[in-house]
Amino acid sequence: MENKTKEKSGLLSKISGMTDSNLLLTITIVVFILMYIGAMVFLGKGFLKPQAFFNILNENAALIILSCGLSLVMITGGIDISVGGVTALVTMSCAVYLDYHNGSVGGAMLLALGIGLAFGLVQGYLVAYLDIQPFIVTLAGMFFAKGMTTIINSDPFNVANENFVALKNTRVNVPGMGSYNKKGIYVNAYVEIGVIIAILIVILMFMMLRWTKLGRSFYAVGGNRQSALMLGINVKRTRFLSQLFCGILAGIGGFVYFLHVGSGAATNGAGAEMNAIASSIIGGTMLTGGVGNIIGTLFGVLSLSTIKNIVASAGLDQAWWTGITVAAMLCIFLVVQSIVVARKK
Amino acid sequence: MMQKNKFQISNIFRNQIFIPLAALILLALFNLIMDPSFFKITMGQNAAGNPVLSGYLITILDYGSELAILAIGMTLVTAASGGQDISVGAGIAITGSVILRMLCGRNSRPDELQMPIICAFLIAVLAGMLAGAFNGLLVSWFKIQPMVATLILFTAGRSIAAWINNNELPIVSEPSFGYYGNFIPGIPIPTPFFIAVAVMIVTALLLKFTNLGLYVQAVGINAKSSRLNGLNPTFIKFLTFVLLGVCVAVAGLIKVSRLSTINYSVVAKDIEMDAILAVALGGNSLSGGKFNMTASIIGAYVIQFLTTTLYKFNVKSTALPAYKAIVVILLVVFSAPVVREFISTKWKQLRSTDKIAKEVA
Repeated sequence: MENKTKEKSGLLSKISGMTDSNLLLTITIVVFILMYIGAMVFLGKGFLKPQAFFNILNENAALIILSCGLSLVMITGGIDISVGGVTALVTMSCAVYLDYHNGSVGGAMLLALGIGLAFGLVQGYLVAYLDIQPFIVTLAGMFFAKGMTTIINSDPFNVANENFVALKNTRVNVPGMGSYNKKGIYVNAYVEIGVIIAILIVILMFMMLRWTKLGRSFYAVGGNRQSALMLGINVKRTRFLSQLFCGILAGIGGFVYFLHVGSGAATNGAGAEMNAIASSIIGGTMLTGGVGNIIGTLFGVLSLSTIKNIVASAGLDQAWWTGITVAAMLCIFLVVQSIVVARKK
Repeated sequence: MMQKNKFQISNIFRNQIFIPLAALILLALFNLIMDPSFFKITMGQNAAGNPVLSGYLITILDYGSELAILAIGMTLVTAASGGQDISVGAGIAITGSVILRMLCGRNSRPDELQMPIICAFLIAVLAGMLAGAFNGLLVSWFKIQPMVATLILFTAGRSIAAWINNNELPIVSEPSFGYYGNFIPGIPIPTPFFIAVAVMIVTALLLKFTNLGLYVQAVGINAKSSRLNGLNPTFIKFLTFVLLGVCVAVAGLIKVSRLSTINYSVVAKDIEMDAILAVALGGNSLSGGKFNMTASIIGAYVIQFLTTTLYKFNVKSTALPAYKAIVVILLVVFSAPVVREFISTKWKQLRSTDKIAKEVA
């Protein structure tokens, strides 16, 4: 008995001794796992096959990349709401380039990167060196990207370029995760190319934020700009780089989105910025800056899309339920965050 | 004499209203040069046979009105909490949906209204205040950043609006319901403008005869020290969100009255962005503190002026944001403190070299 209470208090002290970042990360991962197990137990069917999980990844590879970018700017204390617009612009530009100008797939990739880079450079310069509020700058960026998309081509269309379609349909099999279908034939589990890009980016970002000097300086600037300056960190350059990286990631994310849907349309990536912000928040990143974790962001995206899938397969097919559940989830996580912050005071 | 004159000029430049006014004058000049017929106002008749004024300027007064109403609430929220409410568009969908639900009841094509319009409107005001209170509670009590807290209603708002009417699209056939968003028979000026003026007068009285303005600014500048001075920052932040909720309900009435129906996913789309821009254009700091209500209101009409100008030059509605973005970027770049300082030092250098040149001569 005595031993048990001791253990419990040990666990409690462990929890209360955790940093904000680790505690929020733990909460996110636990919630995701509970939610997924719950879905498997109560809804069964669609969630039992490993492929269901890989489909979530396939659907959301682009969102994972966009959320990584947003987490980075949010950790640095900024915001970027232009990522959805950049996604639309990238899909449309690449689609027009491939189909109307007989472009190559490699060229389209460079184009996507170039667009992201351009947005990152301009927005980063305005935010960091001219000290304009990031919200306004990236709001203008979003407007500009959305408007440019329809100026380039106002009608949505599917890309027919052979090389591109081949790349789009490339499936990477995941060994040992396949399952038998109704006819008893073994079907391999697969992921799309975008997922591999997304996972590579998650790993790179995680290592950068955790183990490099630059990565730590993002946290320092987001936590307290004044003291970061006192520590000798180049605050302007750090903020510039965070916005720049987010822009580049938006370009890559846009291309991955394009690779998944295979069409250019002004409605592509609509609301992606809000989904990405929501994912980052659910993943434990704070908009006030200084707190956040890329692994959490990954789980944030997964949680968000799992709950959408649960809503869809639980028979609540009226369109409004998705909006309401996602909002409710966001609300709960925000309140938890505010309690975690208040706990110290 | 010379000295005094110079002082006054620099004062005008420093005044907050200068930014939106300068933008307004620039836009007006642009239109004057490109096509003076922009300013023509004609007297015509609308479908119902009533005399109405028409022309681009009237369109600006008409459609700028709900933006001005939202800008009033948004200015208070921005000043007190240092953040913006991005759920106003969704809020308009909710309040508009409530009005239609109250007027139509369960039948989506009623022959007669279920209750007087004013009652439906008051219930919508309550709904707007409730939505505002929800946002306000998250911001003031749970201390969540306003943009993130309002992200919740932003995501859920249009879904809730659809849910209120069971995803049906009620249509009000009663002609008097259309008065609020169009014209009252016999009065050639669009009604939304009168509603906006009424809201402005109420706001002016509120700011003049209560300490609201002072308290809001005190909380926005430094919440901690305002608490030490005996204010309750939590309540004041909460109050500004509730007031914005009232503004949203008024704008919601205008929006549904314009068409006598509602489209949940399209109504007041992106209006939150325009409302925030109006506040920024008015030279108000988006991180809270001091505010200038007049500047925000002028800012709202300037945004509508810009939109209408772009429409006139056959810019497609979907391409509109790109041009708006360029204008916004130019505006914020020139009003950025860093850039202003740079220009003023350059200006001083220029003047001093000028003076030296004169002295030498």
